[in-house]
Amino acid sequence: MRRLAHHRQTQTMATTNKPNSRADAGGMAFERPIQELEAKLAELEALALRTRLDISSEIEALRKQHKVALEATYKDLSAWETVTVARHSDRPVALDYINMLDDFVELCGDKYFADDKAMVTGLATLAGRRFLLIAHRKGKTTKERLATNFGCAHPEGYRKALRKMLLAQKLRLPIVTLINTPGAYPGIGAEERGQAAAIAENILQMMSIRVPILSIVIGEGGSGGALGIGVADRVLMMEYAYYSVISPEGCAAILWKDGERTPDAAEALKLTSKDLLKLGVIDGVISEPLGGAHRAPQVAMEEVKRTILRELEGLEGLAPDELVRSRRKKFRTSGWIPGRFPTV
Amino acid sequence: MADKQNKDDARIPESSLSETRFSRLRKKKDMPGGLWLKCESCGSMIYRKELEEKGRVCPTCEFHFTLPGRERIAMTIDEGTWSERFSEITALDRLEFKDSSPYLDKVEKARVRTKQNEALICGTGRIEGREVVLAVLDFSFLCGSMGEVVGEKIALAAEIARKHALPLVIFTGSGGARMHEGVLSLMQMAKTCSALAELNDAGGFSICVMTHPTTGGVTASFASVCDITLAEPGALIGFAGPRVIATTLKQELPAGFQRAEFLLEKGQIDRIVKRAEMKQVLARLLDYAGGSKVAPREATKA
Ligand SMILES: [Zn+2]
Repeated sequence: MRRLAHHRQTQTMATTNKPNSRADAGGMAFERPIQELEAKLAELEALALRTRLDISSEIEALRKQHKVALEATYKDLSAWETVTVARHSDRPVALDYINMLDDFVELCGDKYFADDKAMVTGLATLAGRRFLLIAHRKGKTTKERLATNFGCAHPEGYRKALRKMLLAQKLRLPIVTLINTPGAYPGIGAEERGQAAAIAENILQMMSIRVPILSIVIGEGGSGGALGIGVADRVLMMEYAYYSVISPEGCAAILWKDGERTPDAAEALKLTSKDLLKLGVIDGVISEPLGGAHRAPQVAMEEVKRTILRELEGLEGLAPDELVRSRRKKFRTSGWIPGRFPTV
Repeated sequence: MADKQNKDDARIPESSLSETRFSRLRKKKDMPGGLWLKCESCGSMIYRKELEEKGRVCPTCEFHFTLPGRERIAMTIDEGTWSERFSEITALDRLEFKDSSPYLDKVEKARVRTKQNEALICGTGRIEGREVVLAVLDFSFLCGSMGEVVGEKIALAAEIARKHALPLVIFTGSGGARMHEGVLSLMQMAKTCSALAELNDAGGFSICVMTHPTTGGVTASFASVCDITLAEPGALIGFAGPRVIATTLKQELPAGFQRAEFLLEKGQIDRIVKRAEMKQVLARLLDYAGGSKVAPREATKA
């Protein structure tokens, strides 16, 4: 259920709908040995508590084994494994980060058509700093997921984001955007109301916003739907997030008409934080706890919090003209190989 | 053939629109001695010569067929005034994309077939005497997909327009981002908008003409944020391709969905302009960028 949105998108393009063993084995097949160790460990700990037997050395040994397994597995995650981690249901989402704030006043609506639940915006305070928070909202329960369209925003979501950005500019508050979407919603209403134009308008307008903007890809960075709130002075990715022009499922369906090859597509697309840093399209990577953010959400969120505070401090005091100039230049030359292109 | 064509095209799903129809059409066009072809809109058989003479507009239903970039330039720019820029820039396989055939082989095939280095052709020329920067995104080159070169050339075109205070006219036909360049192709959406933001600040004037089909990352970036948006009749324009939407929603799409007429009705575009009238309408629009006072005709032409 968790990945219904992806499945739906995949099916739209796949000509065959056969079960997808490599790509679909719970999404987290590579974690199975680790999960088994974790289950055993929990069992032993419960046993120790219940019986007051001294099995602490066994528990300690198992803990070590668990840590070794985690390190070995996470040292070299494949691209597809990274995607499944980015989509993990225990991974912190917008609401978790909002709960971490000292204050949050949600501001709804694009004041034109509707309030898009897939995009949350509001005024936020964190450790003495005020800013505007914009985030794709993915639910955790089935009900929430349906209400938020699995994190797929409509045009009104992007227009709401832009409206609040203009407010932040007026109030001279910096903007933090948390990106976590499989992509902008593909639907009749979305097209009728100009999905493409809404995203384009955001990208263009964000080039001129006169307050600092920080964007962090916290999970899925799905194509234009991600970039629609991703034009920032600093663009960071969490270690096991991904950022891609197309979902691996969509790519596999187009290239090979074979969902089995989704992992190959993930690999080919070069969508991990390491790849993006190397290509020069992001500014940095936020480390996650050993075994991914889903294993220790609090630790992961603390790191994101520290990062937000540090980055906002770094962007503080820059003149608005300078911010706009350097943001435009950053995206004008994004991923450039020096000297490759001529000038006018 | 349809399958093979798919594999040869580098693009994202938004583009998959009516790919089989396009490839069938292209097959017919490419067939030596293929004198007749079928209109993809009304189904009538058209004599090829007649179609080309009519600027690739169906004589029966007026459907506007996809027009190769060179023909578009010839149709839009005054004879002898075209000066192409940056034609030498070519794509790189930065991702070393693992596909059944190397990405650069696909690019090479497109180069041979279209006799141009990339999907975007840009330069300067005159439209009924008015000097402009023109950029044409050519669907016949890898479905007009936007990779680094296309994005860079749109940005460069905007920069020529800014530097020389010329209006910028863009024609689009595209399936969206070029999948084989991964996130680099995604970033072209921001790159092109960055250059357009600079052009806007300098008081520049831009017109985008969306032609059949314009979808995905091209619609979701520079094509949608020009000052004036025109479309050719019947052009399919959208973010997601209709097939993606239909299968996502598991329902039939309304008739005419995402066509230019639909977009006009929904308030998404400024005007629909027939191909035969395009040059003249562009010229009239360009005059309005000349200020509130009408200049003598000679002055405009000089
Ligand atoms: Zn016809």
